[in-house]
Amino acid sequence: MIDIIDTYWLYFLVGQYPDGPLGGLVLTILLGFSALILALPLGIAFGLARVSERRWLRWPVTALVYIVRGTPLLMVIFWAYFFLPSVTGHKTGQFATMLTALVIFNGMYIAEIVRAGIQGIPKGQMECARSLGLSYSKAMRYVILPQAGRNMLPSFVNQFVTTLKETSLGYIIGLAEVSFVANQINTLLLTRPVAVFSTLALAYFILCFGLSRVAYFLEVRRNRQAT
Amino acid sequence: MPHFDLAAVLTDEFRGWLLQGLLLSLELMTIVWLLALPLATFTALCRLSSLAPARWLGFVLVEGIRNIPLLVQLLFWYFAVPELLPESVRAWLYEHNAEFICAAGGLTLYTSAFMAEDIRSGIRAVPITQLEAARALGFGFLASMRRIVLPQAIRIIVPPLLSQSLNLWKNTSVATVIGTAELMYQAQRVETASFRGVETFTLTTIAYLCVSLTITALAIWFQRRFPVRAA
Repeated sequence: MIDIIDTYWLYFLVGQYPDGPLGGLVLTILLGFSALILALPLGIAFGLARVSERRWLRWPVTALVYIVRGTPLLMVIFWAYFFLPSVTGHKTGQFATMLTALVIFNGMYIAEIVRAGIQGIPKGQMECARSLGLSYSKAMRYVILPQAGRNMLPSFVNQFVTTLKETSLGYIIGLAEVSFVANQINTLLLTRPVAVFSTLALAYFILCFGLSRVAYFLEVRRNRQAT
Repeated sequence: MPHFDLAAVLTDEFRGWLLQGLLLSLELMTIVWLLALPLATFTALCRLSSLAPARWLGFVLVEGIRNIPLLVQLLFWYFAVPELLPESVRAWLYEHNAEFICAAGGLTLYTSAFMAEDIRSGIRAVPITQLEAARALGFGFLASMRRIVLPQAIRIIVPPLLSQSLNLWKNTSVATVIGTAELMYQAQRVETASFRGVETFTLTTIAYLCVSLTITALAIWFQRRFPVRAA
């Protein structure tokens, strides 16, 4: 195992970069991080629509959330793969395809986190803010969301872990992220699948377990503050 | 782009492929579900055990499996695990639909780790005083488990278990990477043969949604019919 890491560690980390496109573990982290950052505004907007009092806003968004959450991510990736070129008019790279699919898919999950966070704040807070003369949007912005945000933070970190794991599906459309690179190394070596895939699993484990510990720590701290 | 024409992918041949895929996906889900539930219960009991080694085993199983992507686990099961098996077992595996067995094995472990956490938190959510009160009233241990603790725990456990079943259903699609001929694999096959991507993926998405929304509806019904009662 050591000899494989010794030979291929750079390829594993950054793919063919700087002679070719960026890949490997760095691309995995970059993709996961940008997907979460871009999905946040979408998720917050949809989460607000899910608790809105206006039916014409709430119902279609609820339907969309249910549909996307009932579809496998792989299906969403294939849709993005087929639709993006015909919508944008030119060939879309694997990174953009994967990013689009992840943003749409995770946006819906974040919408549910936001909805649960808002609904977890006692109703009296909104009523109180409104009766003090704040408008609905101001009450949401200055009273509800800051409190809900603190409760949602651990869920966001957990969602980031999920997103990182989901980037591995880029393998299927040929995106050179770390699973794809590992599979390439396995093909080159032919006889060492146990060592190659164990290294890959270990890399994901260190990344995701570390982050899920951060979420756990945030949760413990929040519960301590609440009491 | 040619106009939308569902009939193009509903010819006898293509419809047969897609139906076979759907059936195999459902079969995969059923087998994995039946295998994962006992394994998850065992893992949850390990994590709740008073024996430290059992707790550690449960912790390692759950955290190890949950923090590695399903795709990587399936690749490991398909490419690496057969290398570790003795020659005769490996030969048997390749004669008996290795893609399906490896997918079922990987999915079972993956699903059981998530289910175990739901079962554990469900059992922990019933206050210990419920058991103590039942014992004080003269119920035996088994009777108080069966009549007092479990009925309350099941109300808490079933909704997250149903949402794990939904995840399992969606995760069966990942098995396509190791060549299991489930719905997603057949969809790609039909798409390649017919050049009708939009029609094929529309049908496939509807098929996935039908099962997903049934599971979701079941979860909503259960939560209305059997709401969690405050202890």
